[in-house]
Amino acid sequence: MSAVFEVINLKKAFGGLVVTNDVSLSMVAGDRVALIGPNGAGKTTFVNLVTGALKPSSGEVRLRNEPVTRIGPTGRVQRGLVRSFQVTRLFQDMTPAEHVGLAVLQRTGKSAELHGNFLTRPAVMEEVYDLLERLGLYSLAHRKVREIAYGQQRLLELAIALALKPSVLLLDEPAAGVPQSDTGRIEEALANLPADLAVVMIEHDMDLVFRFAKRVVVLAAGTIIFDGLPADVTKDARVREAYLGSYANAGLNA
Amino acid sequence: MTEKTNSTLAAGAATTRSRLRAGFIKRDLYGFAAIVIVAAAGYVLFPDNLALLTRIIAIALLVLSLDLVTGYCGVATLGQAALFGSGAYAAGILSAHYGINDPLLMTLGGIFAGAVAGLICGIVMLRAHGLPQLVLSIALVYLFHEFANKASSWTGGSDGLSGIVLDPLFGLYEFDLFGHTAYFFGVVLLLIVFTLLRIVVRSPFGMLCRGIKEDPVRIRALGASPHKAVIKMYIISGAVAGTGGALSAISTQVVALDALSFTQSAEALVMLVLGGTGSLFGALVGTVIFMLFEDFVSAANPFHWLTMVGALLIVVVLFAPKGIFGTVQDLLSVRKNTTGETRP
Amino acid sequence: MQTVFSIAVDALAYGMVLFVISIGLSVTMGLMRVVNLAHGGFAMIGGYIASYVARDLALGYGLALIAAVVFTILIAIPIERLLYRRIYGQPELTQVLMTIGITFCIIGIANFVMGPTLKTIPLAPSLQGSADLGFRTIPIHRLFAIACGLAVALGLWYAIEKTNFGIKLRASVDNAAMAAALGVRTEIVYAVSFAAAVGLAAFGGVVGSEFLPVEPYYALRYMVTFLVVVSVGGAGSIPGALAACLLLGAIDTTGRYLMPEFGEFFFYLAVIAIICVFPSGLAGRAK
Repeated sequence: MSAVFEVINLKKAFGGLVVTNDVSLSMVAGDRVALIGPNGAGKTTFVNLVTGALKPSSGEVRLRNEPVTRIGPTGRVQRGLVRSFQVTRLFQDMTPAEHVGLAVLQRTGKSAELHGNFLTRPAVMEEVYDLLERLGLYSLAHRKVREIAYGQQRLLELAIALALKPSVLLLDEPAAGVPQSDTGRIEEALANLPADLAVVMIEHDMDLVFRFAKRVVVLAAGTIIFDGLPADVTKDARVREAYLGSYANAGLNA
Repeated sequence: MTEKTNSTLAAGAATTRSRLRAGFIKRDLYGFAAIVIVAAAGYVLFPDNLALLTRIIAIALLVLSLDLVTGYCGVATLGQAALFGSGAYAAGILSAHYGINDPLLMTLGGIFAGAVAGLICGIVMLRAHGLPQLVLSIALVYLFHEFANKASSWTGGSDGLSGIVLDPLFGLYEFDLFGHTAYFFGVVLLLIVFTLLRIVVRSPFGMLCRGIKEDPVRIRALGASPHKAVIKMYIISGAVAGTGGALSAISTQVVALDALSFTQSAEALVMLVLGGTGSLFGALVGTVIFMLFEDFVSAANPFHWLTMVGALLIVVVLFAPKGIFGTVQDLLSVRKNTTGETRP
Repeated sequence: MQTVFSIAVDALAYGMVLFVISIGLSVTMGLMRVVNLAHGGFAMIGGYIASYVARDLALGYGLALIAAVVFTILIAIPIERLLYRRIYGQPELTQVLMTIGITFCIIGIANFVMGPTLKTIPLAPSLQGSADLGFRTIPIHRLFAIACGLAVALGLWYAIEKTNFGIKLRASVDNAAMAAALGVRTEIVYAVSFAAAVGLAAFGGVVGSEFLPVEPYYALRYMVTFLVVVSVGGAGSIPGALAACLLLGAIDTTGRYLMPEFGEFFFYLAVIAIICVFPSGLAGRAK
């Protein structure tokens, strides 16, 4: 199977400080990758480089075999690379239906139209209600976002991302800040993501990583130090070194 | 997660949709009716002062145009009169220099010039954010002002542009000395513009702009360019302001440099905030109240007028930050305890 | 050659006056993130007080200068307490409206109290007349304005770079929350800076009254000029403000001398060009 998403020898330096060093990653449709790493490993920089918010010093990003390194953030979204945010970024005075509707309209190239609204477009509304229903938000479709719970807002973030019909989805800590009682629903939603979608999830919660990911990538000090099966990650000496420093052996052998 | 069958889902969706649409349409009809009633009341109550009423309509168009960029896109500007004045001069110059005296063609000229000015201002304004952006808006309106002052062979400079002659509207209705025709022309223009704008702000594009106002980063993550959208809104805004400018040129048959002034821009912003941003209704309410108040008070003493406007602004900022329309709406919705429906 | 020399001296003096008035605005804007459109109003109040003391009471230029600074600060304190405090941290539009409101009130009240006519501030005898440089004479007042500008720049540089208060000020400008966590009482820093800013505005209003005559619409007429200086220089930057004042003073004065028929057309064109090229000001930090 050919790769839908490739990062090739990506490098970023701020002045003399190298924050992303020669990172390469390749994903096929249906991949479930968890990107983990200790604080300061360069995960945020990596996301910014991939989404186009930062320009790499060298290297390439490819989406479905098309180089997108020189394409801006919006162009990459239009080509199927969609991200979610670690802290929800929603419009407080708009409803979930409006959020998802806006995403559907944007995807179908109708967000610049000056007449009608999504309520008058049955095809759009059908898709909106369908997505909201799938994520258990149907009953809140016309509530203002400010009135709904944080866990539901996280689900709405997912709904918006899915409405853009991505081929690659970057999830930045999808369960961050959600109370324990609601994480089940988020995990359920993650488990039900479209099978052909390539997903990269940045996550700290290792339980979630092990349940979700079929492949784990560990980033430390700007380089990939591990890329393999979840089962092997805790056994890897370099990963233990990166997370636990000099306590690695002492701590885990005891 | 409860599973609904597809048919109940679709049925529920259809009823919600028609209920929301009915709400929107009802709201628009109320607005339309309110404009007609107020316009008729003005005609009956102040038959000798139709010139003032027509001027209120022209300024209302300016304030509506400001609401589009400030209220819907979140761009604070103190230079909106640049768009208004461009429309006024375009309409005036068409008549005074080219002999195009048809009021409809003059209005079209004003709309076009306003839209072009909107494009220019939009492109320049989006180069910066925050204070520098505000200063850009001020510098732009002064630049337009100085340019019009310098190009006096075209604009009449500080003497104002005169020599505007008007053909009858549709070849039938003469523009009379008492301003009846101009007033009706203005009311109809306002109704058309208001209806079109209600459609625009509720459209996908309007929703996109509201999103940009709240969080441009989010909008970019949806794959839309906030930059393009705001420039487009600036062009629409310019067309609306240009309509107002053309109306002012047609109704007074002169264009003064004041039409392009910083003061006019600042006053428009005051009216908008007084009424309330981001609803179009607020813009109309603010304009009518401000202009009537100004007419009564400034006749007595222009300097007391300035103090009062200043005090009024401070009071609005401190006690009614949503403006008159927004505050009244909040009070009403608290009493009705609505079910969380959104307004467009 | 003579024209070039006169333009240079006038531009320098005018730029320095702009600097004295605007620098307070720049510092408070960088520090408190308040878009204070009423800043020119305080310069105008200073001018009125000086005019009253020097002309109506005939107490002399020096005393007028001191009285202007002191009384303007006294007038500004309650305004800061009652009104400005409420808009710190508010959206820009709110700040613009509040400070425009304050400006309108200042204009209306100034006109009511002092009348609509232009007020002069009689110069001290030692500042009148011209200094002979051998090849050219310069009005002494121009030299005085330049000297005041330099003194303010140097004094501020010293206060900000070398004193304890300056350290607190810079820390608060950089990161107010962090400074507060380190025990800097930011509200005192704010209050002192605001008072200093207003005092400098009043000082500049008096010294600059030859360039910017004192009348009720002063606050509105030059509001734009001061804001332009701050945004071109970059809020909070002394070297930036100085550079902006000298640059804009030069453009404005040259334009007036050589192409008076164009008014301020080129001034505003230059402003737009500079902001488009440097959106965060000449010395602004990229966001």
